[in-house]
Amino acid sequence: MSALLSVENLRIELDTRAGVAPVIDDLSFSLNAGETLSFVGESGCGKSMTALAIMGLLPEKIGRVASGSILFNGEDITKASDERLREIRGNDISMIFQEPMTSLNPVFTIGEQVAEVLRRHQKLGRKAAWSTAVELLNSVRIPDAARRAKSYPHQLSGGQRQRVMIAMALACKPRILIADEPTTALDVTIQAQIFDLLEDLQAQTGSAIIMITHDMGVVAEIAERMIVMYAGRMVEHGNVDDVLSRPRHPYTKGLIGCVPHLMATLTDSRPELTEISGIVPGLNEFGQNACLFASRCNLVGQQCVQARPKEKQFENTQLSACWHAESV
Amino acid sequence: MNLISTVAQRVLWAAILLLAVLVLNFSMMHLAPGDVADTIAQSMGGADAEVLEQIRTDYGLDQPFLSQLSNYVGKVLHFDLGYSYFYNQPVTKLIFEKLPATLILVITAQLLALIIGVLLGVYSARNQEGWVSHFVTLFALFGYSAPVFWTGILLLIAFSLKIPLFPVAGMVDVTVEGGAIAKFLDLLRHMVLPVITLASIFIALYSRLCRATMMEVLQTDYIRTAKSKGLSTREIIYKHALKNSLSPVITLAGLQFSAVVSGAVLVETVFSWPGLGTLALQSIIARDTPTILGILFFSALVVIVGNLLTDLALRFVDPRVRGH
Repeated sequence: MSALLSVENLRIELDTRAGVAPVIDDLSFSLNAGETLSFVGESGCGKSMTALAIMGLLPEKIGRVASGSILFNGEDITKASDERLREIRGNDISMIFQEPMTSLNPVFTIGEQVAEVLRRHQKLGRKAAWSTAVELLNSVRIPDAARRAKSYPHQLSGGQRQRVMIAMALACKPRILIADEPTTALDVTIQAQIFDLLEDLQAQTGSAIIMITHDMGVVAEIAERMIVMYAGRMVEHGNVDDVLSRPRHPYTKGLIGCVPHLMATLTDSRPELTEISGIVPGLNEFGQNACLFASRCNLVGQQCVQARPKEKQFENTQLSACWHAESV
Repeated sequence: MNLISTVAQRVLWAAILLLAVLVLNFSMMHLAPGDVADTIAQSMGGADAEVLEQIRTDYGLDQPFLSQLSNYVGKVLHFDLGYSYFYNQPVTKLIFEKLPATLILVITAQLLALIIGVLLGVYSARNQEGWVSHFVTLFALFGYSAPVFWTGILLLIAFSLKIPLFPVAGMVDVTVEGGAIAKFLDLLRHMVLPVITLASIFIALYSRLCRATMMEVLQTDYIRTAKSKGLSTREIIYKHALKNSLSPVITLAGLQFSAVVSGAVLVETVFSWPGLGTLALQSIIARDTPTILGILFFSALVVIVGNLLTDLALRFVDPRVRGH
């Protein structure tokens, strides 16, 4: 089966005050139809940039795809025209953002904002688009959808707004849904509801989901495969079960060690939660020919600061970019 | 709160405000040095002490201040602004004769400024490095710094004297023959320079503000959402971004309403436009107290109604103002 989305040797550069920084440095992965792939990593590791690149929405003028390709159904969308990208966006590939509070336009009703996508891509008339929008709002469990459709975003709670965003993103039954930390700004109880909703809707629409998060708990819950990003590079890639039970990169191991609920109780072998000391390097340090995690790593050796680690593949298809992958 | 009760509340406040303006104006005119009876006598060609006394009794000037004030307020409540000494006409009639000319000037200038200002602002926000953008910045500086009467005089010299495209003064040319269309075209020809002069300050203000808010709005999350929906650039700019950029511009336009009215006084004077501004200047020179008071009252009315309309326009543009 050929992949629905295939990213090959992608390099994205961003102009910064300190010069050009490779915010995505040689990233390759593929996504199959209907599957859920998760991107994990701290803030500033390039997860959102990957998403924006797939949407063709990199920051204008300062961000660009420097090399590599993003193949959607075999078509390289890094070379597509603006007009073609507009056809794809919201129709074949759509996105939910981190900030439901500010991601909806405050001066239009939520019904209008959902109906607009349907008019644009499905060529529905005003009335048909509106009634479909009400159905969609109903399907994301907005109570009393017919009346609520006439509400403005400020009249809705954060969780409800994110539901509206989901309705909007799934309106045209996209092949790929990118969710960029969709629950970070929401209460924990609402988070679970949103994930349930996404899973239900995925079962109905058959969309593949790219879930961007820094929450390992979320990954364990909903994804089949995961990619761990660090400082613009993929450091680990594999099936979620494999990676969580036996991480092959010290960074992944560190991330898992920070999460309390992956193991219900602290055991003798894990008496306390650990932390990863230090912070993600600044953009000016990206792109060096060395392991960028070296400064925070307890396995660091001479080789780590002299050359960028080669990706090592294990039998279970797990992939790790660490010189000491076997001994992690 | 629904629309009707909001409007009713605003109208009530407006009425109280107008009353305060009325009392304040009257008191200030009363405090001004000089004797009104003298002024009236002067326009009659001089008078002796007996006649002066007669004038004071006739116009109620011999009564105590408070009773004069209550008389005046009482009359205004009956839509009577008094009688002009200088023009020998009721002030209300005088104002209603001149009002249309001022309204044509003020409303046209304000609309023109809003439309041009917003279009320039939107365009320059989208092309921040383009020449239009730099032009807007420069024009805003010029438009806002240049005194409006000076701009008017320069335009007169350029386009009435050196290149005689437009008439030098007035609102209509009595020698123009023909039907309504010919008269209308003549009016338009007379309007061009005064309207441009008056609009220039406000084009500068609105384009600058619209450029700034538009640039801010284009960075917001909901514009990113609009892009992610695959909408066309036109829809993103003129639907999603513009409606959000309009609130500050409308607020400013409302605040500037008083400036438009006071600007009209200067522009009317420069172009001899037969409106309230010219009337105001003449009545001040003639010390025609009832007319001055009447015009002040009317200007306050125009500004207050303008602000009321602004509030309503804001409610229309921004649902958050409407509340739940």
